[in-house]
Amino acid sequence: MSEQVKKFLYVNRKAPYGTIYALESLEVVLIGAAFDQDVSLAFIDDGVFQLTKGQDTKEIGVKNFSPTYRALGDYEVTKLYVEKESLIERGLSTDDLQELTYEDEDDDWAEKPSIRIVSRKEMGELMGNQDVVLSF
Amino acid sequence: MASLHTVNKSPFSINSLKSCLEHANDGDTILLIEDGIYGALKGSEISQIVADKIGSLSIIALEPDMKARGIDSSKILTGIITTNYDGFVELAAKHDVCQAWL
Repeated sequence: MSEQVKKFLYVNRKAPYGTIYALESLEVVLIGAAFDQDVSLAFIDDGVFQLTKGQDTKEIGVKNFSPTYRALGDYEVTKLYVEKESLIERGLSTDDLQELTYEDEDDDWAEKPSIRIVSRKEMGELMGNQDVVLSF
Repeated sequence: MASLHTVNKSPFSINSLKSCLEHANDGDTILLIEDGIYGALKGSEISQIVADKIGSLSIIALEPDMKARGIDSSKILTGIITTNYDGFVELAAKHDVCQAWL
């Protein structure tokens, strides 16, 4: 089978527990990771709430899937673009987000941050530079 | 590589049109469908934001959804054109990437 690597962008615009979108997105990303594509994740608007640290869902009776983001690096999903303006509009800073890292196999397995903070303009450019965009 | 963006929610209840307008690149096309067609209205609180993008972006509204909601062409911003389902298919076919703003 011929292998053509495509650029996939998963765009996340919803907060984590009010709707099923965030969890579904994460599941699709994990399934898609099996196909060795060039994967990026975008977190804009309420999507930035997906990455906050300290999530505890015990009292609302749903699964806390936030630890799963830490596993993405092991699936070679290492580019999580978070929009700065979306954070600021919601009173958040990078300190409010989980620390997500991956081990860079091209750099002696050095641990590097997966979260990359970008401006709205840069996010637009990123979106315009993809082969496939999947929205959640 | 121009993209086709679809927006299907009213801009008066959800920010997807605004976010789409802020992320789309020059030359992209935005197709307003379902409740998204309300974003084409003139004289609304969002119409100036939409009007400012006409020219750098191609903004199109889907006629069947307009008709269903009693919105005719006289009610929408100058510069926004309309299309039907065949036009929707053509737009989808001629763009490399289609991005839905849910």
